[in-house]
Amino acid sequence: MLDAGRHPNIDLMAYSEVESMEGESGAFEIRICRKARFVNEDQCTGCGTCAEKCPIQVSDSFNMGQGTRSAIYSWFAQGIPSTHTIDAKYCRQLNGKKCGICQKVCQADAIDFNQKDKIVNLTVGAVIVAAGYDIFDPSRIPEYRYRDQPNVITSMEFERLLSAGGPTAGHLNRPSDRTVIEEIAVLEKKAKKSEKMLGKYEEKYKMVSERFYRAFQSGEHGDEKDSVKWADKYKAYLEIKSKREALKTRAERFSTAKNLAFIQCVGSRDFRFYQFCSGYCCMHSIKEAIIAHEHEPETRSVIFGMDIRAVGKGFEEYKIRGGNHSNISYHRGRVAEIRGGPDNHPVVIYEDTISQTVKKEAFDMVILATACAPGKSLKKLASVLDAELDEFGFLKTNHLQPVDTTREGIFVCGCAQSPMDIPESVSQASSAASRAVQVLMTYRKVS
Amino acid sequence: MADQIKKENAEEKPRIGVFVCDCGSNIAGHLDCESVAEYASTLPGVVFTKENLYTCSESGIAEIQQSIKEHHLTRVVVASCSPRTHQPLFAGSCAQAGLNPYLFEMVNIRDQCSWVHMGQRENATEKAKNLVRMGVAKSVTLEPQKEIESSLIRKVLVIGGGMAGLSAADAFAAMGIEVILVEKSGALGGLLRKINRLANGEAAIDVISNLIEKVESRSNISVYTGSEVKSIGGYIGNFNMTVSTGDKNIEESAGCVVVATGALPWVPEGLYGYNGEGVITQIELEDRLKTGALNASQIVMIQCAGARTNNREFCSRICCMTAVKNALIIKEYKPDSEIHILYRDMQMYGTEKEKMLWDARGKGIRFHVFDKDKPPDVKNGKVHFFQPLLGETREIPCDLVVLSTPLLPNENARNLARTFRVPVDQNGFFLEAHAKLRPLDFAADGIFLCGSARYPATTAEARSQGIGVASRAAGILFKEKLVTSAIVAGIRDDTCVGCMICLNACPYQAISFNEISNVCEVNVILCKGCGNCAAACPSHSARLKGFMQKQVLAQIRAF
Repeated sequence: MLDAGRHPNIDLMAYSEVESMEGESGAFEIRICRKARFVNEDQCTGCGTCAEKCPIQVSDSFNMGQGTRSAIYSWFAQGIPSTHTIDAKYCRQLNGKKCGICQKVCQADAIDFNQKDKIVNLTVGAVIVAAGYDIFDPSRIPEYRYRDQPNVITSMEFERLLSAGGPTAGHLNRPSDRTVIEEIAVLEKKAKKSEKMLGKYEEKYKMVSERFYRAFQSGEHGDEKDSVKWADKYKAYLEIKSKREALKTRAERFSTAKNLAFIQCVGSRDFRFYQFCSGYCCMHSIKEAIIAHEHEPETRSVIFGMDIRAVGKGFEEYKIRGGNHSNISYHRGRVAEIRGGPDNHPVVIYEDTISQTVKKEAFDMVILATACAPGKSLKKLASVLDAELDEFGFLKTNHLQPVDTTREGIFVCGCAQSPMDIPESVSQASSAASRAVQVLMTYRKVS
Repeated sequence: MADQIKKENAEEKPRIGVFVCDCGSNIAGHLDCESVAEYASTLPGVVFTKENLYTCSESGIAEIQQSIKEHHLTRVVVASCSPRTHQPLFAGSCAQAGLNPYLFEMVNIRDQCSWVHMGQRENATEKAKNLVRMGVAKSVTLEPQKEIESSLIRKVLVIGGGMAGLSAADAFAAMGIEVILVEKSGALGGLLRKINRLANGEAAIDVISNLIEKVESRSNISVYTGSEVKSIGGYIGNFNMTVSTGDKNIEESAGCVVVATGALPWVPEGLYGYNGEGVITQIELEDRLKTGALNASQIVMIQCAGARTNNREFCSRICCMTAVKNALIIKEYKPDSEIHILYRDMQMYGTEKEKMLWDARGKGIRFHVFDKDKPPDVKNGKVHFFQPLLGETREIPCDLVVLSTPLLPNENARNLARTFRVPVDQNGFFLEAHAKLRPLDFAADGIFLCGSARYPATTAEARSQGIGVASRAAGILFKEKLVTSAIVAGIRDDTCVGCMICLNACPYQAISFNEISNVCEVNVILCKGCGNCAAACPSHSARLKGFMQKQVLAQIRAF
């Protein structure tokens, strides 16, 4: 990424979209909309002070909604370019409220609330589409209860949990447990506020709240205005405290997730959604299980799949090694249902084909290997570029010209063409570069 | 004169900038980066220190460049991760800011410190300080260097004339690069010559013939069939080789080399009663389909025949697709034939292949899973196998058994690997530079690979890789000249005694013995700067730039 960012022949236009294209192979006229960041790209040094001081916290989309980021943000720490961006939807200043803190703290004077979308016109000889894919939304599969069960998560969410730079700094804390810990923090805050309030009464009447409350309950203080209020406040405080203590007792039992289930083909190989195989998910589940085991040697993983498609170089060997050294077992079959269980342990219901019985098993966490869905914006992009999509929703190619789209001079690589893993994407990218150079050279000869 | 003195003074008293990277929590999570940076500022010669969340981020780099200018730094030390991944970035950034890149020094406080001393914060911090002190001490002794430039030949050698090699040759030629295409057998086309039809129904021979015709019609491709590369010498940009055409030897030269030697289907002697008649392989089935010699109507195909076993663990990727493709072809012209496919996992990855699998099921082709530990038994025109889904042993009568055997590397691959000094993996396939990020490159500069020589590939994959490899090599061949790192070894001819110990220590064949002067010499283009020769040389004549004795000793003494 950084190599691309630093290469003298590469002009990166992040946060931009192709609006229209005219012309033909060798000379395309392209109109690109560079969306307003409200931050001047040439001035921003990416220091991050603005993000530190920004008062608005929103859900962090890079971490798949786990954790928060500021309304002014960079997509992730090593992102290229490191220019920050203001999320116009949440920024106070851009929504007519008083703020502008980022502008005050920015030493580079890079904040520009008046920035507008900018149109850039380019003439290019060839176009390469590497627009990637979308992650299938598993809430479309009601029987897996992704929305209802906090500890049923997607592979990408799990990936962020495993990451040292992720929301849990790499610890496999279950989402439901994290919610409880967040609740405890909120209650702590409330209790502190309450204590402060009670302290005022205590000072005024020179009496501790506990003694006052006992006396109040036995009718000693009648119903003077202050007494009633004090009693109400104390009662509320007791409630907060008991709730907090109950949660704390619960939290004592929390440990990181050690018993994991990986469910393959979530949305793939399924006629209700995508009939194709997403190709890479078997491997990323094995990889995630191996990494989880590296973090915590007591981890046990079960991978449920119809076939385990370890079809790349060294992949079958990796799969076997995962089984032998990382406590992974592979279970053939499609999981029928995931239900809720005690203590938020999702229960996986599946058929054990060896004993030919339906079994239920509770896990600490269930990870859904979601399908590689054709990008939502790919359809629009294809129509702008006047290239056809195939029956699966990816850009159409011919197996003898694997990176040529139906439009001359427009090439495709990676998961915009069909689901594929990293080495295949990389070799396809080289292939697309090769085809594009061929076009440019023909064009150069003609002109 | 005054300027001269000023310059020398600057050399005597280097102005060092130290940057300490948190690497997110990778380093800062396990040691105190702030106190390391603070400590660095107290070291002699250090005039500037800075702690960054990620020194490699764009803002971190900008900071280095800015401080080189503002504080007139003459040395930059970054304490972060591994020089293996980040040295080029940091050194290159220094160069952009006007500092000779060889005046940059890197200290590894992640892989060699924070990662190995997790949970020992104080000790890790102390060690990081020691490492930084050593790095700073070494940086003082660094000297500016100049990168090495060499010429190159805008020509490429492609070995192997199958789908991958032909695609590569064609792509090179289309980019205006001259190609020498060497094919061992008497004709171009490779494995596709033996194939009946492709998955989309096209006749394989038509597809490959079209491509051969295109390649042969190109004026900038020289094709040598029935030929082999006997020997190769030289290095990136300047390879020279002897091509034997059987009756004569031809001397050729090229700037880059592409290995596209393909793979061959394994012949399963002794497995499942293989006899080439009633029990055949997929490639033999292709031949019967092509010639119309197939007369069986009850067919059992057995997958993973000789693959994914204890001795041969790898999955050959394309055999499931081949079996389903052939089953569909048979069903098409003999709809009443009964076909059973016995499998362990149907490897029908991606869009089209999975669709083929659904189609095959819809057309009545039967799929049965079997266990690795309980393989089928082929006897007297029947196949017996244990069906774990039903928990019972089944028996299928058949008049033909087809074994899906894996593609194995060409038997010549190991010899070729030796000739080209490139590695092969445990299965004998050529080993790429990086399994994920550099699938088409060898670690050795200027040599590339594609197609089934790397790992079994479908027609489309071989084609894509062949086209792709052309841009990898063209990126080098389009250059005016080659520029390589100055961190190379040199041998002092006044102290070298010609013992030739370094010759054997060098893994890159970069050292040769000069018969006239009786000393060893380094080819700086081939030298990768590993330092083996410098360590092995008994007379300290072999020395590696950037790791000279005084530099390493300064580092050690600072400990």
